[in-house]
Amino acid sequence: MAAKKAKSNTSKDELLHYYKEMLLIRRFEEKAGQLYGMGLIGGFCHLYIGQEAVVVGLEAAAEDGDKRVTSYRDHGHMLACGMDPKGVMAELTGREGGYSKGKGGSMHMFSKEKHFYGGHGIVGAQVPIGAGLAFADKYKGNGRVSFAYFGDGAANQGQVYETFNMAALWDLPVIFVIENNQYAMGTAQQRSTSSAEIWERGKAFGIPGEAVDGMDVLAVREAGEKAVAHCRSGKGPYILEVKTYRYRGHSMSDPAKYRTREEVQKMREERDCIDRVRDMLLTGKHVTDDELKAIDKDIKAVVNEAAEFSKESPEPALSELWTDIYAEAG
Amino acid sequence: MATEILMPALSPTMEEGTLAKWLVKEGDTVASGDIIAEIETDKATMEFEAVDEGTMGKILVAEGSEGVKVNTPIAVLLEDGESADDIADAKPAAAQIDSDEPAVSAPAAAVPAPVKVVEEALPEGTKMKTQTVREALRDAMAEEMRIDEDVYLMGEEVAEYQGAYKVSQGLLDEFGAKRVIDTPITEHGFTGIAVGAAFGGLKPIVEFMTFNFAMQAIDQIINSAAKTLYMSGGQMGAPMVFRGPNGAAARVGAQHSQDYAAWYAHIPGLKVVQPYSAADAKGLLKSAIRDPNPVIFLENEILYGQTFDVPDLPDYTVPLGKARIWREGDDITLVSFGIGMKYALEAADRLAEAGVSAEVIDLRSLRPLDTETVINSVMKTNRCVTIEEGFPVCSIGNHISAVLMQQAFDYLDAPVINCTGKDVPMPYAANLEKLALVTTDEVMDAANSVLYR
Repeated sequence: MAAKKAKSNTSKDELLHYYKEMLLIRRFEEKAGQLYGMGLIGGFCHLYIGQEAVVVGLEAAAEDGDKRVTSYRDHGHMLACGMDPKGVMAELTGREGGYSKGKGGSMHMFSKEKHFYGGHGIVGAQVPIGAGLAFADKYKGNGRVSFAYFGDGAANQGQVYETFNMAALWDLPVIFVIENNQYAMGTAQQRSTSSAEIWERGKAFGIPGEAVDGMDVLAVREAGEKAVAHCRSGKGPYILEVKTYRYRGHSMSDPAKYRTREEVQKMREERDCIDRVRDMLLTGKHVTDDELKAIDKDIKAVVNEAAEFSKESPEPALSELWTDIYAEAG
Repeated sequence: MATEILMPALSPTMEEGTLAKWLVKEGDTVASGDIIAEIETDKATMEFEAVDEGTMGKILVAEGSEGVKVNTPIAVLLEDGESADDIADAKPAAAQIDSDEPAVSAPAAAVPAPVKVVEEALPEGTKMKTQTVREALRDAMAEEMRIDEDVYLMGEEVAEYQGAYKVSQGLLDEFGAKRVIDTPITEHGFTGIAVGAAFGGLKPIVEFMTFNFAMQAIDQIINSAAKTLYMSGGQMGAPMVFRGPNGAAARVGAQHSQDYAAWYAHIPGLKVVQPYSAADAKGLLKSAIRDPNPVIFLENEILYGQTFDVPDLPDYTVPLGKARIWREGDDITLVSFGIGMKYALEAADRLAEAGVSAEVIDLRSLRPLDTETVINSVMKTNRCVTIEEGFPVCSIGNHISAVLMQQAFDYLDAPVINCTGKDVPMPYAANLEKLALVTTDEVMDAANSVLYR
């Protein structure tokens, strides 16, 4: 990978925080996969396992009030921005206690409180929406920035470039985060995308950007801080192409015929973003094995609690079918 | 031979215009390509170039003349050796200005039915002013932008060009480039940006140059704007308006001549409005801008230049979801919306001459649809014809027929007939285009059929 390595100094507390956040996402997703297998989660379910450093690193660069929007692979983004695992899991099981009262599902969750604007199922559609959030912030002059996350697959949608053009033209404070996990569903980047470095496409619009090692949470944070500073200072959009890897299938029904088991195994063993921070914590003697075990236990408890909540929360009342179609004036 | 210079048609829907200014005078030499006059059309003030060369022999229509019909001779150009005397025969065109076509009136064989025009209920003493639909739409936007800083307009040519159809004329001057925003030609992208801006707390008005181009953006309209309130369990939605001309204009071919009323009316989460009169255009657009939901506001290019009485009130609104009864009648119900109302009202006039009293309902809103007003009318008249310009399959009329069958079956004395555009892409040829659109004659045939006349 051509991406840069991090060189920033990071405190023990920060490292521990990233470790916990990434581990929470991984354990949550593993549990979601398990519940899917049990038939408790239906439909499409796209797991984030392997990509955890992307959202955790970028959330470390964000401030209160900054906005984010993403695609259908969205569980990690929600947990990283502080949404309650119980509400997310209960949405996956289609229950009343879910963020969308069970009416959105895995791909469609939102939190006004946490400035999370979805959860969008149409590949690429969230990109102009993210720029629109930035448009609103610029219009209001409130100094906020927006993160518009999309994958290497979405990077071939026309509306992405329509958005690049307008974001650059109007200096919108939006960070385009290309989560390049190398596969657009089952199509490898070199089979779908004419350019090896997708972020360089921004140059055609005068948008600066860079590639980042998405398996290194510190590198992601550092690049994120730079991007945020650029946007917040009124210089317009910025592109981060975060090179990452998804360990699981595109969705739960992925036959995985497009890549080898060895390729996945190699990434897990050599590049894993959680192992990397774990090693830093241990070699830096910031924590002991026992302390890490205690953290693992705590996170498992949080995830189990979310799973229990998602099973116990009732299905939405049948009357919910007819609510939330139109907003009432006032 | 002297050449007559004719009043040009400078837009597909232009039937007449104002000869704003002559830039040459009699006796001037004119070369091909010289700008000889400024002509104001329904859309813009245009420069008019000479095609032939010669000497300006006679100006037949003085500058400042309004309502000059297309193809009226406005000047005569002389070739070498000719003089103005040679064209003494050239007729001044005054007689052709504003000349109405002779009215077609069949001898009345029956006792005419009384025409009961229904006036809108307005506060006592309300003054009316005459306005075009175009002006009414502009006023609606301007009034709402004055009272709500979060309302802004974006679209192609809405600002510096003053609107491709002149609807946003003057808004840039009053509200500035922050709130009246020219976009690149990129419907999918700017619609998505507007949806995001609505999620972010603004109230965008998105102008599509025509709704034909909104096809590029329909994913954002339906999947992002219409469904998010539901998908978020009521947490957030898209308070915004998508507006622009919809339906056939004149001679612009298949890709620019489609009525999308039924398409958008199909979608839960959207509200859909299609006004006919200028008063409704104004009142409904103000309500649409205030509505906390995404509203599809379908206008019509041919109606833009038509004038109606508009209540001269500081804050005139019309509620979404309420039909308007234009005329009360006892024998048959004609249901239409948008430009279809023109045919409905013409047919009602002709039916009245024949002694048939028609009730005419303008739906105005297609979602929510005021089925109650239609059902109550049919319970009285027992007969119904619907009129729209859209395609026949899965039309608004089809839906109304189904509603009447389910909720007023016992009151129907004849099957409901849906008059629609024909089931063909819009042809370009003038005669075929006329054939493809719904006509008053067809409405009359349908009315006679359900009346068993």
